[in-house]
Amino acid sequence: MTDPLSPGVPAGTQAPNRPEQEARPAPSAPPGTTPGEQREAGLVGDAWRQLRRNPSFVIPAIFILIVTSMAVFPRLWTSKDPLACTVSGGMSRNPPSAEHWFGTSILGCDYYAQAIYGARTSMLIALVATIGITVIGGLVGMLAGFFGSWTDALLSRVTDIFLGLPFLLGAIVFLTILKNRNEWTLAAALIALGWTVIARIMRASVLSSKHLDYVQAARALGGARRRLIARHILPNAVAPVVVYATIALGGFISAEATLTFLGVGLQPPAVSWGVMIDQHDGYYHEDPWLLAFPVSFVVGTVLSFVLVGDALRDALDPKLR
Amino acid sequence: MGRYVIRRLLQFIPTVFGALFLLHYLTSVAIQLTGNPVRALFGDRMPPESVLHNLTERLGLSDPCLEQPFSPCFGLFVERLESIFLRFDFGTNFNLRPVTEIVAGAMPYTLRLTAIAISFELVVGISAGVLAGLRNGGFWDYWLKISTVLIISVPVVVLGVVVRDFVNIGFGNWLRGLEAVPDVISRGVFAPTWTPNYPWASLIVPGLVLGALQLAATARLTRSSLLENIRADYVRTAWAKGLGHGRVVGVHTLRNSLIPVITLIGTDIGALMGGAVVTEGIFNVPGIGRQVFAAIFTGETTVVIGIVTLLVLVYLIASLVVDLLYAVLDPRIRYD
Repeated sequence: MTDPLSPGVPAGTQAPNRPEQEARPAPSAPPGTTPGEQREAGLVGDAWRQLRRNPSFVIPAIFILIVTSMAVFPRLWTSKDPLACTVSGGMSRNPPSAEHWFGTSILGCDYYAQAIYGARTSMLIALVATIGITVIGGLVGMLAGFFGSWTDALLSRVTDIFLGLPFLLGAIVFLTILKNRNEWTLAAALIALGWTVIARIMRASVLSSKHLDYVQAARALGGARRRLIARHILPNAVAPVVVYATIALGGFISAEATLTFLGVGLQPPAVSWGVMIDQHDGYYHEDPWLLAFPVSFVVGTVLSFVLVGDALRDALDPKLR
Repeated sequence: MGRYVIRRLLQFIPTVFGALFLLHYLTSVAIQLTGNPVRALFGDRMPPESVLHNLTERLGLSDPCLEQPFSPCFGLFVERLESIFLRFDFGTNFNLRPVTEIVAGAMPYTLRLTAIAISFELVVGISAGVLAGLRNGGFWDYWLKISTVLIISVPVVVLGVVVRDFVNIGFGNWLRGLEAVPDVISRGVFAPTWTPNYPWASLIVPGLVLGALQLAATARLTRSSLLENIRADYVRTAWAKGLGHGRVVGVHTLRNSLIPVITLIGTDIGALMGGAVVTEGIFNVPGIGRQVFAAIFTGETTVVIGIVTLLVLVYLIASLVVDLLYAVLDPRIRYD
C-alpha cells in the first residue's frame, strides 16, 4: 500500500544520493511485461503506472528527493559550516563567487551552506506538522464519522471552533505565549491550527463508506470494530487525505517563512529559509540574490509538493480515469 | 428554511463560546508565563505599586489566577462573558480606548480590502476557470495551470514584498516622473504604501495581492467543476435541444458548477479578513489586521479577544449565508 506512493511522499528518503532511481518502475511491474497484459486491478497499482509516466509528477518528485537529501545529509552538498560567519574583511553581503557559490549573508555566513542547512529546518517543521495534522485530524475525523451521535456532535463543534479561528492570527497568539521558539514549537502551532481540514475530509469519507454494502457485509460476518475500520473503511479515506497532506506539507514550508517574517518564528542562530528571507528583506534593491536564493528554494519546494499532490489526486480518483 | 436557520444559529453558540474560551485561555497563559503586560507601559521606570495596581485593575487584569501558570481562570472568563454579552462592553486597550471604537475605526479599511480581493477572485478567477475548462488541454488550460500553481507556491509575504518593491516603488516611481499620468494613478493606485489622500485607489494593489492566493484556488475549482458538469446528461440535452452556446455554458453548466466555488469564496471571507495581517503590514494599511497584530505583541488581551471573536462570527455567518445560497442556486436542495 505505502510502497508505490513513497516517491511522492517525503518517505522517499531511502535513496537520497541516487535520485534517478525514483523514476524506475515499481517491483510489481517487471520491465518484461507489456502494459495491458496481466494488469493488476488495484487502485494503487494503476495510480503508480499512470504517475510514473507523468512528467508533472516525476520532475517535482525528483526535486523533492533532492531537497530531502539536503535536509537529511547536508554534508553531501557542502563541507562548509553555515554558522562559521565573519563580518571582518568585507565578508558581509558578498556577491556569488567561486568560493561562495551563493555569496555571503549580511552576517558574513556562506549563503550556499545556509540554504542547504536551511532545508533541514524548513523540511523538519513541515514534515512534523504534516504528520501531526494527519494523526490528530485523522483520529478526530474517524471517531466522529464512525461513532456518530454525540461523539460526532462534540467533535464537530470542536473542529468548528478551530476552523473558525483565522489560521495566521491563531498561530501568532499561540506562538507569543512561548518564550523560546524553536522548530518544535513552530510545528506545534501549525498542528494546533491545521488539523481541522483533515478531520473534515476523514469524517466525510468515513460517513460515505460506513453504510456501503461491503462494510455492512463485513459487519454482518462479525468483523471486529477495529478490523472494520482498518481493513474496510480506512482504505477509502487514504487517497483524499494523502493528497491534502502532500499539498499541506508545501503550505507549511511557506507558513514557516511567513511566521518567521512576522517575528514569531525562528530567530537568527537558527538556520532556515524563513530566517534567510526575513534577515535580508531590506537589501532587496542592492543585493537581490540574498532574497532570490531562499525564495527560489521555498517556491520550488512548495511548487513540487503542490504538483505532486495534484498528480496524486488525478491518479487516485477513479472518476477521472 | 426558518427552522434550519434557527438550528444553525443555535449551533453558533457553543462554537463562539468555545472560540472565546480558547482565546481567553491562550492569552491568560501568555500573561501567566510572561508576567503582567501593564508593566511594559512604563518602560524601564519602576512605577509606584499603587499606580501599577490601579491600572492593572482598571484594565481587568488584576485577577490573582493570572499569576498561576496554566490555570484556566474560569472566574475571569465568566466575568468577561458577562461584560461582553450583558453590558456589550468589550473593554479597552492600554490607552483606555474602547475596543469597539478601535474596531469601528479600523474595520472600513479591512472591509474595503476584502471587497477588492473578493471581486478580483470572482471576476478574474471565475472567468479564467471557465476559459480553461472550455478549452480543456488547450493553451489557456496550461497557462492557467502553470500560473495558478506558481501563485499558490509563493508565500504571501514574498508576493507582497516583491509587488510593493517592483510595482509600487519601481514602476510607480517611473509613472510619477511622467507629466501625462493623472495623480490618482501615479500617487494613488501605485503609491508605495497606503495613503490617506487616496483611501480607495491606494487599496487596489494590496487588495489584489490579498486576493491572488485565493484567486488561484477559485480558478482551479471553477475549471474542475465545470469539466465535471459539462459531460452531464442534462448539458447534452441542452445542446441537443439546439440551445445557443452562451445559454448552455452560461446558464445550464455554469450555474451548477458555481456551487462549490460559492462555498470556497464564502469560507474565504473570514480567512481573507484574518489573513490581511500580512498584506496590511506590508502596505501599511491601518486595518484590523494591524491592530490585532500590534495587540498580540503588547499583550492587550481585550483587543485580541474582541477582534478575533468578531472574525470568528464573520466566518460563521458567511458559512451560513453560503449554505442558504445553495438553495437558491440548486433547487434540489431543500432545508427544513
